[in-house]
Amino acid sequence: MSATVAMMLALAVGTYAFRLVGPVLHGRVELSARVQELLSAGAIVLLVALLATGALTEGGGFAGWARPAGVLVAGVLAWRRAPFVVVVLGAAGTTAVLRAAGVA
Amino acid sequence: MRTAERTPLVRDSALVWFASGIVGLSFGAIAVAGGLPVWVPVVMSLVVYAGSAQFSAVGVLLAGGGPVAAAATGLLLNTRTAAFSLAVADLLGPGRLTRLLGAHLVTDETVAFALAQSDPARRRAAFWISGLGLFAVWNIGVLAGALAGGALGDTATYGLDAAFPAVLVALVLPALREGPAVRRSALLGAALALAVTPAVPAGVPVLVALAGLAVYGRAGRSRTA
Repeated sequence: MSATVAMMLALAVGTYAFRLVGPVLHGRVELSARVQELLSAGAIVLLVALLATGALTEGGGFAGWARPAGVLVAGVLAWRRAPFVVVVLGAAGTTAVLRAAGVA
Repeated sequence: MRTAERTPLVRDSALVWFASGIVGLSFGAIAVAGGLPVWVPVVMSLVVYAGSAQFSAVGVLLAGGGPVAAAATGLLLNTRTAAFSLAVADLLGPGRLTRLLGAHLVTDETVAFALAQSDPARRRAAFWISGLGLFAVWNIGVLAGALAGGALGDTATYGLDAAFPAVLVALVLPALREGPAVRRSALLGAALALAVTPAVPAGVPVLVALAGLAVYGRAGRSRTA
């Protein structure tokens, strides 16, 4: 069990170190407006990549049709400026209904 | 920030808390059902606090991959939090203690929530409201799941795996609508991430997506030219 504890500690310390990069550098390094803009854009790029891989893939392969269909419904609802609750529940509901109907 | 302005933030966050709580339940249940003692998923959620990395690390561990491979997989998945912490660094507060605490709350969800707000005060409120609630609900969910074992069954039945990408859709769409440069970069990044997914370890695809920023500057310049 000590190996598991060491694994958790390494993961916890490493993850926290990643999370400290921003606060530690903030105020010490003068970031130009251009770099600030690139950081915000970078965060959006990461989130969209997470959204795309999260919607379409599972364990390195295709996630099946039910999940991307639900996320597509969310995209349409969000585009039509539906409330946040409707967007998220619409996605989960669509995916659940498709699965219940036998669509993987 | 007044109560009236906080209410929509709490209402929108609550839905993400709920979904995370259910995912936390399944994480606790899966870890214990796989043979780990109850305290492992519980302590892990408190100190690591990163859903996808926890799932991967426990998955590697339960598959017999060994603790080094489990830690490496989780760390690779979490490298993106370094980029996120840079993007939200000015929201974490002026004091040393709030910054140290705030850093632990940097997750995909809190960053997406914060960046979706229009002004700095709302961004800060969104980060802390969604972050503190998410931390509480996630950990309670994991504890409950670890104690309950497999009682919940397969959460895929409820379509909850579609909820998180849907949350991201709702949160990033305003930023994508506004800027053609961001839109171009994000689309290229997502395409690259999807293309490399079958070939590389988990965590690498989203990092590869950052290469999409290569077209950010060009698009911006050509627009002003």
